[in-house]
Amino acid sequence: MRFILPFVIFLVLSVFLYMGLGRDTREVPSPLVGKAAPAFVLPLLHDTGKHFSPQDMKGKVWLLNVWASWCGACKDEHPVLMEFSRQNVLPIVGLDYKDKPEDGQATLKKAGDPYTLVIADADGKVGFDYGVYGVPETYVIDKNGMIAYKLIGALNSQNLREKILPLVAELQAK
Amino acid sequence: MIPELGHFSLIVALCLAIVLGVLPILGAARNNRVFMGVARPLAYGQLLFIATAFATLAYAFLSNDFSVLYVAQHSNSQLPGQYRFAAIWGGHEGSLLLWALLLSVWTAAVALYSRHLPEEMVARVLGVMGLISVGFLLFMLFTSSPFDRLLPAAADGRDLNPLLQDPGLVIHPPMLYMGYVGFSVAYAFAIAALLGGRLDATWARWSRTWTTVAWVFMTIGIALGSGWAYYELGWGGWWFWDPVENASFMPWLLGTALIHSLAVTEKRGAFKSWTVLLAIAAFSLSLLGTFLVRSGVLTSVHSFAADPKRGIFILSFLVLVIGASLLLFAWRAPKVGLGGKFDMLSRESLLLSNNVLLSVASASVFIGTLYPLFMDALGYGKLSVGPPYFEAVFVPLMMPMVFMMGLGPLARWKKMAVPDLAQRVKWAFASALVLALLLPLLMGRFLSLESNKWSPMIVLGLLMAFWIIATLVVSLRQRWTGQGTFMARVRKQSLSYYGMQMAHLGVALFIIGVTLVKGYETERDVRMNVGDTVMAGGYEFQFNGVTETQGANYVAGTGHVSVRRDGRVVGELSPEKRQYNVSGMPLTEAAIQTGVFRDLYVSLGEPIPESDGAWAVRVYIKPFIDWIWAGCLLMSLGGILAVSDRRYRIHKKTVSGPQSAADSLQSPVSSSQPEGAAS
Repeated sequence: MRFILPFVIFLVLSVFLYMGLGRDTREVPSPLVGKAAPAFVLPLLHDTGKHFSPQDMKGKVWLLNVWASWCGACKDEHPVLMEFSRQNVLPIVGLDYKDKPEDGQATLKKAGDPYTLVIADADGKVGFDYGVYGVPETYVIDKNGMIAYKLIGALNSQNLREKILPLVAELQAK
Repeated sequence: MIPELGHFSLIVALCLAIVLGVLPILGAARNNRVFMGVARPLAYGQLLFIATAFATLAYAFLSNDFSVLYVAQHSNSQLPGQYRFAAIWGGHEGSLLLWALLLSVWTAAVALYSRHLPEEMVARVLGVMGLISVGFLLFMLFTSSPFDRLLPAAADGRDLNPLLQDPGLVIHPPMLYMGYVGFSVAYAFAIAALLGGRLDATWARWSRTWTTVAWVFMTIGIALGSGWAYYELGWGGWWFWDPVENASFMPWLLGTALIHSLAVTEKRGAFKSWTVLLAIAAFSLSLLGTFLVRSGVLTSVHSFAADPKRGIFILSFLVLVIGASLLLFAWRAPKVGLGGKFDMLSRESLLLSNNVLLSVASASVFIGTLYPLFMDALGYGKLSVGPPYFEAVFVPLMMPMVFMMGLGPLARWKKMAVPDLAQRVKWAFASALVLALLLPLLMGRFLSLESNKWSPMIVLGLLMAFWIIATLVVSLRQRWTGQGTFMARVRKQSLSYYGMQMAHLGVALFIIGVTLVKGYETERDVRMNVGDTVMAGGYEFQFNGVTETQGANYVAGTGHVSVRRDGRVVGELSPEKRQYNVSGMPLTEAAIQTGVFRDLYVSLGEPIPESDGAWAVRVYIKPFIDWIWAGCLLMSLGGILAVSDRRYRIHKKTVSGPQSAADSLQSPVSSSQPEGAAS
């Protein structure tokens, strides 16, 4: 009887893998796209006395970029963000996800800080509300605080040029 | 015309693989010598045609044939020659072709070095490998042919991802794949044993060689990948617990378990069904790794574009291969028998516990890697798991494992008294403990740190490493003293014994490297004007500005940093910030001065805007980091030494069955025909 056990475990696993297949992990048409960005109030990473809320961005098109010091893919994305922030297209808000604030601060101090401001989501609650799957993720949020687009995985020059920039230009023109 | 030739070769190879997957296995079941006899020629033929296909793709890359879609996507006329060749495996389709090529290389190698095996065993092993090959060739031909045309041809290619334009990446994938695919041999042997019902010490000896060789490749492959991450990503990290890294680490852990359980099956005839299950699981995880990387189920730095059609294909293949093997296991394994009995404390029980811990470690990595997927599928929402999880789970599992790793080689087979074993190791443990407690007190001064740092984690890490080394010394002493001259006794020990100890020593070096680099690394992140200096770990780094240099296919800002110690120049480092012409992608190229006790690591951050040539500069002192890779190297060398043992070069068919417990390790089985080795 116990010899059949590995087979049963594997069957259960393959069902999960099959369910995972249907989902495109990079560009999930997240249920949040087209809906209002979940509200929150979080302290700033560099100055915990100050707080940030999506309300503060009303009237602006902005980018919410989820990252963490422990995330490998973020390190690939980082130079792209640095380059992008230099072009000053729109405010980029960084969300330091499930991270020790001192680690997050050290990372930015070390590699450069592409963000207009960074908020600390140490216990990951806000990330959970936003349906963060893997780090990094990037959200485009429009002037009315609606999520217009969600990208899972690292930004690169291609998806920036082809997806994000045209969308931002369009939203800013509205 | 040439790419079509490649495509045609693949089709021919597929036909050969189908026949190879059917006839020999059928022949073995019906005892038909003709059917069994076709296995070897088919294995060679398959290699010939897949190699031809590979060669045509290589030709397309080297001759800049941008009418081939895959070449246009992954190469560029400015790309230097060696990277144009390595670009063959720079994307999904080519990686698969490399997989298939290496599989056919392993198949042909088995065909070549199996003269001493029973014919039906060879037929079954080659047949099973043929079936795996059928799956991969079908996958390639139906969903991802690297030979598809792009008409009209592109004027120039889109270039290889700059991250992959690195000498490390030229050899890392082939090495790693040799490991992944090599486990298919162990798997094929396991399936052949289940089919034929022959599962004895001789069988274990045959599989052992192949498994160890595959494991050696995999160890080197993973180490190369980690080394690449260290100097190419510019962050000084060497392991990120990225899904793709985990995908290679899981089969490695199981492969390590398999090597050890094969040892028990060979020597004592025990753990048979467990060994077979491990062999199946190790290869299944190799396949699963391929699935995870290729299907886009998990996001990772390494994964190529996701394509659901490909995902479905690999998943079906996975279910077919793994499902069928596990069913076969459920059906046949109960007949295999349990083998020799052993006591609560014996070498068997220690090895079994190590096996269990390695498997649990592999499972915990597996769960961490797939956890986001499970939670999502169950509707619990999306979440992510990072290094905090892996470190919290992995390290506690490794501690008892290392403890038993020290005891294992000292314990007797079958039965061992606790007081006896304790007597043998008490001095080893005491000296390891004292050293581990004291050494951190001196480390600060040795590494010129501002303060001495003494933390429980450092002591624990060092204790594990010194424990391995101390028990190793005890074991060597035991074996080198006694009857006969010293040299005679040194020579009397088998190569596989020395191989094992060398690999264990490698683990100790690895642990020392990880512990000390984690405990004592120094990082300085500073804005530096031209001429500024910064002190780190007793070294003075002076930034002499950045000049522009022209690479083959990129423009780089090259930083000039001179390093002094006590006023004396010890090195000039030139980190680069590259901008690749075609993709426009920026890349940080760290400059590293390697040393036995520390690496000096400098990488360029960003230029400071509106300044006079100032840059953000990262300076790291990484003590003992190279010991990590030296440890991996020793592990691989240990593996090579172990398979060079005379025992595995026996030409004639030997009597099967476990040898007597007492002389098992020193059994002087000799052979007058030392040929046919697998290594």
